[in-house]
Amino acid sequence: MIISELKPYPEILGYLEGESRIFIVGCKGCAEVCHTGDEPQVLETKQKLEEEGKTVTGYCVIDFLCDKALVKIRLLPHEAEIDKADSLLVMTCGIGVQATAAVVNRITHPACNTISVGGARGEWRGSERCRECGDCVLDLTGGICPLTACTKGLINGPCGGAKDGKCEVEPEVRECGWHLIYERLKKLGRLDKMKAMPPPKAYGKMQPPKELRSTIMWALEREETKV
Amino acid sequence: MSLRESLKSGKFVVTAEVGPAKGVDVTEFLENAELLKGRVDAVNVTDQQSAVMRLGSLAGCCLLKQKGVEPIFQMTCRDRNRIALQSDLLSAHVLGIGNVLCLTGDYVTLGDHPDAKPVFDLDSVSLLQAARELEQGRDLADKELQGAPEFFLGACVTPGADPVEPQLIKMEKKVKAGAEFFQTQAIYEPEKFEAFMREAKKFGAPVLVGIVLLRSAAMARFMNRNVAGIHVPDELIEEMDEAENKAQKSIEIAARLIKDMKDVCQGAHVMAIGLESRVPAVLDAAGL
Repeated sequence: MIISELKPYPEILGYLEGESRIFIVGCKGCAEVCHTGDEPQVLETKQKLEEEGKTVTGYCVIDFLCDKALVKIRLLPHEAEIDKADSLLVMTCGIGVQATAAVVNRITHPACNTISVGGARGEWRGSERCRECGDCVLDLTGGICPLTACTKGLINGPCGGAKDGKCEVEPEVRECGWHLIYERLKKLGRLDKMKAMPPPKAYGKMQPPKELRSTIMWALEREETKV
Repeated sequence: MSLRESLKSGKFVVTAEVGPAKGVDVTEFLENAELLKGRVDAVNVTDQQSAVMRLGSLAGCCLLKQKGVEPIFQMTCRDRNRIALQSDLLSAHVLGIGNVLCLTGDYVTLGDHPDAKPVFDLDSVSLLQAARELEQGRDLADKELQGAPEFFLGACVTPGADPVEPQLIKMEKKVKAGAEFFQTQAIYEPEKFEAFMREAKKFGAPVLVGIVLLRSAAMARFMNRNVAGIHVPDELIEEMDEAENKAQKSIEIAARLIKDMKDVCQGAHVMAIGLESRVPAVLDAAGL
């Protein structure tokens, strides 16, 4: 069960600067439990965006976004609405944002920070990976996580080690994460995002807050402290 | 003359590098420094090059300074977090070292301590940003410094990368973050370098073209297979193969490359990798 929190609206609106038409994707998996991606939250966000002068071309709340095939199928009826949109705002964990980014032809903005796995990695098996860094940067990378896709986890990539699109480490199996990011942004016509100068990453946010520290063994942990 | 002054003067600047030993015997290191002294404008001391543990760049730079050689302190982000990196920058200033080349760094598995924990808290761009912050009298935690350092910051770029656009995008970011000079990865194709410089010169920072001396045809083939961004064309490999005097041929090729590329850049960075004794001959042959 992946725990996410909604990013502050000023941050989300910052991502949408220069854009006027947005399609919203919500998630009925873990994000529903966290109230970060369920229908009520999607509608609240829709209203907020409209108050800020944005047009929401449509929205779709999918059972869970951590399966690319499911996302693609469920978005098919919304093709026209997505075509009209400048970008998608994806309200779920980092895995769902990446899975959505992989099956649409628009910039995908993360509406949430992923705080903690605290259990299973999503509802379904997929190829996306999330480091639960608590400070999602998927907006800058066309929906490919630089911490998991890049061996060095660089925020400003690529390094000089990539050869033929492969990482300097295990080149037979590892793609250069930043090469993938470059190709994705180039395809979307948004290489400007690669020119951004973010501040050094706040790795302190990788530590989940105290309340979320307990594991699936929480009952035993509570018993243990009593003894 | 400082590196900054050398570049400002408009002359064709030459830098070289020396790698410290794995250990505390600095005899060879100092011998190489002596060979280069007076012939080059500054000398880089590598920082655990290829992730192989060695004597540090900071210590090496101090030794060069004692010898009257202008040092360039190389810093990678592989082994130290932002606390240590900022601290080392302050230490460098206090020890009279101002030239800093800010690099991301090879991954740990490429070296001899593959089980070490890789850091990469910062990367080349954020390290440049951090150095600039320190110069403003503040650290990354926004705390005021008791005394601010001064640096002449540099970075690297790979003109032979394919695709080359990401390198140019990142080069511009490095300039924005504070890089004032560039030393490139080795390039053996003047036309490719010219095409690269047509784009790169827009960013306004002086570029020193990287030259790696070829030891043999086998070394060239090895680099082609294993080193990212380096491509030695077949014609040069054949020249090395057919040459009777490999040492002479390697000097000739290096000098020729410098002559062919000097008109589009502001200097050359010669990486001899053990063949430091040949550098003066290369410079003679190149007319420098």
